[in-house]
Amino acid sequence: MDNCLDFNAPHSMGTTIVGVTYNGGVVLGADSRTSTGVYVANRASDKITQLTDNVYVCRSGSAADSQIVSDYVRYFLHQHTIQLGQPATVKVTANLVRLLSYNNKNFLETGLIVGGWDKYEGGQIYGVPLGGTIVQQPFAIGGSGSSYLYGFFDQAWKEGMTKDEAEELVRKAVSLAIARDGASGGVVRTVIINSEGVTRNFYPGDQLPLWHEELEPHFSLLDILSSPTPSPMDI
Amino acid sequence: MGSGADSERTLYPYVTGSSVVAIKYKDGILMAADMGGSYGSTLRYKSIERLKPIGKHTLLGASGEISDFQEILRFLDELILNDNMWDDGNSLGPKEVHNYLTRVMYNRRNKFNPLWNSLVIGGVKNGQKYLGMVNMIGINFNDNHVATGLGNHLARPILRDEWNENLTFEEGVKLLEKCMRVLLYRDRSAVNKIQIAKITEEGTTVFPPFSLKTYWEFSAFKNPAASAVGSW
Repeated sequence: MDNCLDFNAPHSMGTTIVGVTYNGGVVLGADSRTSTGVYVANRASDKITQLTDNVYVCRSGSAADSQIVSDYVRYFLHQHTIQLGQPATVKVTANLVRLLSYNNKNFLETGLIVGGWDKYEGGQIYGVPLGGTIVQQPFAIGGSGSSYLYGFFDQAWKEGMTKDEAEELVRKAVSLAIARDGASGGVVRTVIINSEGVTRNFYPGDQLPLWHEELEPHFSLLDILSSPTPSPMDI
Repeated sequence: MGSGADSERTLYPYVTGSSVVAIKYKDGILMAADMGGSYGSTLRYKSIERLKPIGKHTLLGASGEISDFQEILRFLDELILNDNMWDDGNSLGPKEVHNYLTRVMYNRRNKFNPLWNSLVIGGVKNGQKYLGMVNMIGINFNDNHVATGLGNHLARPILRDEWNENLTFEEGVKLLEKCMRVLLYRDRSAVNKIQIAKITEEGTTVFPPFSLKTYWEFSAFKNPAASAVGSW
């Protein structure tokens, strides 16, 4: 069957990535699955990569392409920061990402979400999809898992959320996408960026809510069979 | 080649089930499969039963196209029905079911119209345990432990190391759960809702579905890019 283990298949990050602005900063979120064909090459990847102290990027698509783009942007931004004498703005960072994506559009296959905080414009999210378009948005979603989130965000996104509301929205969204997208999975990572700094969070499956047709996890069937009031079909 | 019949060939699968893993143990056969039906990379259906009892002595597990599996169940229903109608005290065992399915799969393959499945057939008859596999191109064999799909690459190495003839029910279940957990971590099309079934001389039991706990607390997982910013 064609689907079998092809270890020479390019490492793709299937992925679900999300970026949301809130009243005071941004929250970025991603799953942690990197696959080579059907094999999960890395179940705990970190797809939210630092570009500067105050700007991070969510990577999706080809693992190699997204890494090289973020490496180049980090390199250019470092020099830019030295010349400028102060932290780079989110807009400049996003445009650097755009330049690389746009000018190499025939070779690259990577969709990125740039998010950060600077003192001029506060929290900002920029989507840079395939082809190198740049679009500033109050929230952005990307990766194969994002297909399952358009309806969710249309309904759940609200202007002027607090930090905790925004983080919960991101966590819920990535978790919902993981439930339905085979190319997304693992843990949910979030990064919160605001005037105070950067906070990284990590949520394994057992800390996320259960969705439709998902069951309470157990160590073993034997525990269920031997327990006095077994109810493995709890819905 | 009939042109009208072309429209009914399975050219590629649509709704697919992932791996099935099965082992012989002290009292019979243990089989495990998750309940997922994937639609490409979408995990569309999460309550598909892929382990089914056949007659009195056999258990069938299937991976691959679900519609073809359902068709196979119809064929087997007819087979068992006709066998019962003879009313001669004999009943088809796992070896016979395996042989029948092998012929069906191979003949379909020869007509370029395969049933897109990998099947695991297990059972006990007259004290004899049997566990076999047949796939869409007609390859078939029997062994002490079998698996389909990615299970061949991920589960069988574990079974080669840890299987022995005298596994108790508890040991067998734990072993299968170990295999299913690895598949959960490393197979994109795996779903965390698992069914285990056992078959012994006494009969078949398909246990209710359950979910497995997974482990993510390695310190390296918390911040993997700490010493190599920008890596994965």
